[in-house]
Amino acid sequence: MSPEASAAAASHHTLDRLVYMANQIAGFFESQGGGTAGEDTATHLRRYWEPRMRAAIIAHLEAGGAGLDDTARAAVARLEQRAKAG
Amino acid sequence: MTLIHETDFGTPPAGSAAMVRLTIDGASVSVPEATSILRAAMEAGVQIPKLCATDSLNAFGSCRVCLVEIEGRGGLPASCTTPVAPGIVVHTQTERLSAVRRGVMELYASDHPRDWFSDPKQGANELFQVAASVGLREVRYGSDGCTHGAAAKDESNPYFAFDPARCIVCSRYVRACEETQGTYALTIAGRGFDSRVSAGMEEGFLASECVSCGACVQACPTSALIEKSVIAQGMPEHSVVTTCAYCGVGCAFKAEMRGEQVVRMVPWKDGKANHGHSCIKGRFAWGYANHRDRILNPMVRAKITDPWREVSWAEAIAHTAAEFRRIQGKYGRGSVGGITSSRCTNEETFLVQKLVRAAFGNNNVDTCARVCHSPTGYGLKNTFGTSAGTQDFDSVDQADVMLVIGANPTDAHPVFASRMKRRLRAGAKLIVIDPRRIDLVRTPHVEAQYHLPIRPGTNVAVLDAIAHVIVTEGLVDEAFVRERCEGEAFRRWAEFVAEARNSPEAIGPVCGVDPGLIRAAARLYAAGPNSAIYYGLGVTEHSQGSTSVIALANLAMATGNIGREGVGVNPLRGQNNVQGSCDMGSFPHELSGYRHISDGATRALFEAAWKVPLDAEPGLRIPNMFDAAVDGSFMGLYIQGEDIVQSDPDTHHVTAGLAAMECVVVQDLFLNETAQFAHVFLPGSSFLEKDGTFTNAERRIQLVRRVMAPKNGYEDWEVTQMLAGALGYPMHYTHAREIMDEIARLTPTFAGVSFARLEELGSVQWPCNEQAPEGTPVMHMGGFVRGKGRFLITEYVPTDEKVGPRFPLLLTTGRILTQYNVGAQTRRTDNSLWHDEDLLEIHPQDAEDRGIREGDWVKLASRAGATSLRAKVTERVAPGVVYTTFHHPETQANVITTDYSDWATNCPEYKVTAVQVSPTNGPTEWQEHYSELGRATRRIAPASAAE
Ligand code: SF4
Ligand code: SF4
Ligand code: FES
Repeated sequence: MSPEASAAAASHHTLDRLVYMANQIAGFFESQGGGTAGEDTATHLRRYWEPRMRAAIIAHLEAGGAGLDDTARAAVARLEQRAKAG
Repeated sequence: MTLIHETDFGTPPAGSAAMVRLTIDGASVSVPEATSILRAAMEAGVQIPKLCATDSLNAFGSCRVCLVEIEGRGGLPASCTTPVAPGIVVHTQTERLSAVRRGVMELYASDHPRDWFSDPKQGANELFQVAASVGLREVRYGSDGCTHGAAAKDESNPYFAFDPARCIVCSRYVRACEETQGTYALTIAGRGFDSRVSAGMEEGFLASECVSCGACVQACPTSALIEKSVIAQGMPEHSVVTTCAYCGVGCAFKAEMRGEQVVRMVPWKDGKANHGHSCIKGRFAWGYANHRDRILNPMVRAKITDPWREVSWAEAIAHTAAEFRRIQGKYGRGSVGGITSSRCTNEETFLVQKLVRAAFGNNNVDTCARVCHSPTGYGLKNTFGTSAGTQDFDSVDQADVMLVIGANPTDAHPVFASRMKRRLRAGAKLIVIDPRRIDLVRTPHVEAQYHLPIRPGTNVAVLDAIAHVIVTEGLVDEAFVRERCEGEAFRRWAEFVAEARNSPEAIGPVCGVDPGLIRAAARLYAAGPNSAIYYGLGVTEHSQGSTSVIALANLAMATGNIGREGVGVNPLRGQNNVQGSCDMGSFPHELSGYRHISDGATRALFEAAWKVPLDAEPGLRIPNMFDAAVDGSFMGLYIQGEDIVQSDPDTHHVTAGLAAMECVVVQDLFLNETAQFAHVFLPGSSFLEKDGTFTNAERRIQLVRRVMAPKNGYEDWEVTQMLAGALGYPMHYTHAREIMDEIARLTPTFAGVSFARLEELGSVQWPCNEQAPEGTPVMHMGGFVRGKGRFLITEYVPTDEKVGPRFPLLLTTGRILTQYNVGAQTRRTDNSLWHDEDLLEIHPQDAEDRGIREGDWVKLASRAGATSLRAKVTERVAPGVVYTTFHHPETQANVITTDYSDWATNCPEYKVTAVQVSPTNGPTEWQEHYSELGRATRRIAPASAAE
């Protein structure tokens, strides 16, 4: 299954988890200050999340991104841009 | 091969730099000041007879066998208690000495059974050896002199027996219990010839405080204390040095053998992690290797509801390979993965991740360290630059203050706990931060200066408050920070912790600890001068696990307690090879030596060696594998030596994930809980049956040596190699050492490691390479691995796992001395005599509120599930907190734990679950259903039906 197809198949449970985790990560980088939280969160997701998890969260953002905090949202948007560019 | 006899120098080394020259039996000898004459002689090759002295214990001077003559001094001083002095002339053999020694030995012999031929230790009985060496030929006194002959034997302990008739009351074993183990379980009752050794208040070993470490058995010079296995099998005839396969202390043992049979495991004196000490698990609980439950033939089945069918190795391997290729054909390359085990050797672990990356063609490999110390990896890497403890164990001897947080060393790391206790008895100070009053808080002759009984889940808050005190009271080691750390990051961190909301007064109510205690603990830690942090899973297994590790690293940097002996940040690793499995590239985003998979240069190195392109994207972590399975994109899993159903959190989710997969392969000694969901079972080999290496908590790489042929036919790495071959990726190793050679070629921190080097040095701590050919006991000396140390801000974020009206109590989990993790091994030994079920510890007040009495069955429920177990009412836990262990599958404590996890690593939040406890009258419906499932899925079809 392609990452896109599996992203579409991601269950509610998995999506809830991914959103929750993205917000947790964003929270840590926000607390560091310095204005780079969005970028740092995106880097973390790129370095530690498997492509189908990233595809699922990008798809979720495209579908409105319910539940994502601002920083997490900005980070996923970065991932999306990079995915499109690459 | 022969039996290894270690030299006993009689008294411990003096450890002084100043040397003293003296003459012993005409030879000029030079030894460190304060050395005993007994030891000085032994070092010069002159053996003075001795009974009550042994070099693991301080000299006692009671037997009067080791007498010597010193020119110009009167009398016959005991050489074990007499230190050397410059210029003295010592004689160890004179007519007078011989006569006195013979007299003393005659008295001892008269009080000892004369059945010398039936003595279980035979020639190894030191009493006989010394009697022979002093020329004792006859005993003039009648055997009615044998005062202890009628006293009953104590055979209550399942592993060793005590025969008072053979006891000479040299008190070696009493002192071993005190000095080596630190338990003080033995006493000498009575006086003179009537004196005898007894366990505790004469209640027998089993019921006493004794923790069955075996130190007394080893110290006993006669056969008074002896392993029951020696009585049953006779004395061993050869020994092989190997490494314990239980915990992260990594004790070295001599496996003492008769042919291919282990007679006993005896801790090896030259083992650098344990220096001749052991705990009950490594010393005695190895019988599982021969347990009848072991599965020795491969088995397959189409559906998990079918009975197992025994097949040949060839069929099992071909079937597995075909299934994995079929799954990948249908669901994509990323639809299969593997899990490496911290119980297996470095070589085996390395090979499983190689199989996944090179033969499966993806990075879906993870390890059980995910669920224990992955936050250590993240936290220490981002602050210090590498993912490992900073010290060796010996460093604790230089510590003035120990901060123990979220660890319970006396149960989980017993041999190191004995080291800590010894140092604490010598005057070091102790701070314990733990929701439970662990044994170390108060144990004979040791008492913590401060115990901070925090509410589970508030580690970061309390560590921030400690940092607040250090920064605002001017306790920062400015010079260290200026020279060794990033200035700007420090400034930001210091500003953050100094905020009033991080003060003890603000945090105290959050974590349930008196602010005054937090301040006092902070001052003590900062005062040192050498303060060392030891932590365990009570730090990592939280939604802020990585943040807590970072907070500990920050504290060490701020006070300059890093980069020399006696200090540091030390994760106490749970399993024997957690450090190793992490080092070996078991994480989905990292190749061996912690190098990110996206790093092109590293990948190129591996691609050239492995002759296959590697995926640059990180793979799935264990919890994400279950998610992907439920979602239908992950269908095949190869699990080596790990029982994820019992050990991973949120059992319902784990089992749902496994049940959704099309091919689950379990390689293990036993049909464990996970095997209930497996389609292929590949029998594993025990640590006694393989060659390889383990890496302990202090980064020490030690050899595991094969003492018998694998009962299942193959060492575990050979099975992985066969699977790789069947998948069209042949590997050609003929011995584990060749795998280590490859690891060394591909991993800069291991560049100097080889089996030959390990044989030569005994063990080595990585980094071991050209710069450090003999390894690195203490890290970050003179500079951090990442250059400058980096402070990170550690904002406390309360866990979302909150108590409320439905679930008003907090559950935290841990282990107990005699059992080990999922208990697959220890439950199959006599260790279960001490702990045959998991109990729920509950505070008397909470128990009373619920009408619960000691021993009652209680239902323990969380939002994830419910289970039943029996209650233990105790003040060890604070009101509002309950505690249990997770060693028994019948309890399945992880049915209760939730899917919350560490933000950075997904390490599960085992240590905090909101629960309710209520009286009940037996197992829950789930437990009954599960045990029924266990019976059904463990069926093995009779051989005749196998066609
Ligand atoms: S086995 Fe260990 S704890 Fe038990 S009495 Fe002997 S030395 Fe003490
Ligand atoms: S302390 Fe750990 S390594 Fe040592 S014997 Fe016990 S279980 Fe084995
Ligand atoms: S060995 Fe010296 S008095 Fe016993």
